[in-house]
Amino acid sequence: MSTPFYVSPQQAMADRAEYARKGIARGRSLVVLQYADGIVFVGENPSRALHKFSEIYDRIGFAAAGKYNEYENLRIGGVRYADLRGYTYDRDDVTARGLANVYAQTLGTIFSSAGEKPYEVELVVAEVGATAAGDQIYRLPHDGSIVDEHGSVAVGGNAEQISGFLDQRHRDGMTLSEALKLAVQALSSQANGAEKTIPAERLEVAVLDRTRSQQRKFKRIRGRQLSRLLEADVPAAAQADAVSNDEAAEDAEE
Amino acid sequence: MDFLGAHAPEMLPGNRQLPEGIVEAPHGTTIVAATFPGGVVLAGDRRATMGNMIAQRDIEKVFPADEYSAVGIAGTAGLAVEMVKLFQLELEHFEKVEGTTLSLEGKANRLSTMIRSNLGMAMQGLAVVPLFAGYDEAKEKGRIFSYDVTGGRSEEHGYAATGSGSIFARGSMKKLYRPDLTEEQATTLVVQALYDAADDDSATGGPDLYRNIYPIVTVITDEGFRRLTEDESQEIARKVTDRRLQEPDGPRAALL
Repeated sequence: MSTPFYVSPQQAMADRAEYARKGIARGRSLVVLQYADGIVFVGENPSRALHKFSEIYDRIGFAAAGKYNEYENLRIGGVRYADLRGYTYDRDDVTARGLANVYAQTLGTIFSSAGEKPYEVELVVAEVGATAAGDQIYRLPHDGSIVDEHGSVAVGGNAEQISGFLDQRHRDGMTLSEALKLAVQALSSQANGAEKTIPAERLEVAVLDRTRSQQRKFKRIRGRQLSRLLEADVPAAAQADAVSNDEAAEDAEE
Repeated sequence: MDFLGAHAPEMLPGNRQLPEGIVEAPHGTTIVAATFPGGVVLAGDRRATMGNMIAQRDIEKVFPADEYSAVGIAGTAGLAVEMVKLFQLELEHFEKVEGTTLSLEGKANRLSTMIRSNLGMAMQGLAVVPLFAGYDEAKEKGRIFSYDVTGGRSEEHGYAATGSGSIFARGSMKKLYRPDLTEEQATTLVVQALYDAADDDSATGGPDLYRNIYPIVTVITDEGFRRLTEDESQEIARKVTDRRLQEPDGPRAALL
């Protein structure tokens, strides 16, 4: 019988973290920002069918960077958790904090179990409150820790640089169009300082809109509505009107 | 639902031990539905009975199943409400996991299975017989599905009713229904039918003008599910009752 090489636990963990980080860094980054009426998710995603953002429950949205099959698995787990909670107790009893805890447990267990490879994903769980003060954004890195974020958060390949950029420019009470433009600007800046342009059709955008009349606040923004928001260059007040009109028109189209 | 079955089987209606004997539980009564070009209306009275007694005057028996469909329930109220909750959960869960909604047929079939799983309870007198109505986005029209206790499902064309007052409601709609009704006429039609049902069936409640309790009327069109507000429902019910002060039996159809 051969004796296995001794690897110190510190080294083993560092290796696993390195592995997961590399995996996540290969994926495209995405950002989650608070704006006046809720929370907006923006990312570059050439695919129409494979979503990076999705609805978990009434007020809770999910965003993920990294390996698709791994975060899709976690997403479905989250939807199951939330639906089971809401059915057993009440819709109000499903919270982002509870969900983030479940994800943290799952990711943490997988990360530290020697038998499995760590998940190469980084998640964001966001819940929109009745007011901006009630909004919650949690970031969950690959190792199962939870980071409570405010204002803006970026995950994925270029996350550090992008969040630095956002921290400087993001302020409370931005309109949706302002927040969206800032997000696109942040995603466009590359590590070497150069800028690339991301066309609207390669963007995936979704919002948790607290002003939405339905119980389910999650909504995808695409097509004409998205280009209108990206082009909008009018004073904030007029713009807010335009957004709500768009909403109504878009809702009617659906 | 499979997940629920594996993780919390006690939450599913089908997995319960049936008690011996007969229990008395509140029963919901009459539900009516009618299609019109562009959508469908689904309405229900507000009475729940327990034997001879009126158990509740303001029960709600029509629920949205999802954005484009609704269920009206007749039968044992407690079981029916639970079935609707589970049905809503399944539709929403499917939508979130798959990223697309079930077809209207798919929804109707799912409800059928759920009713069938309640057959044991139905044998003990605790039946649930819903009426399912929705807007079919593929065919661009409103459709109605009725069920029997065993889960047998049949699509109804034009109008349908279920519950103890359904015989009278159906008779009423048979004479009043036309395929070219407007949305407003269709809502009046279902309130007329509920009035006729309440007129002849003791278990169905008519509009309660003293307590301001009026039928629940819902409309589903390509814009989705909408429940008429209390005021709108009151207005329709008032028009019907005012007219019946002159003609207690309601509008008369042509003889030939």
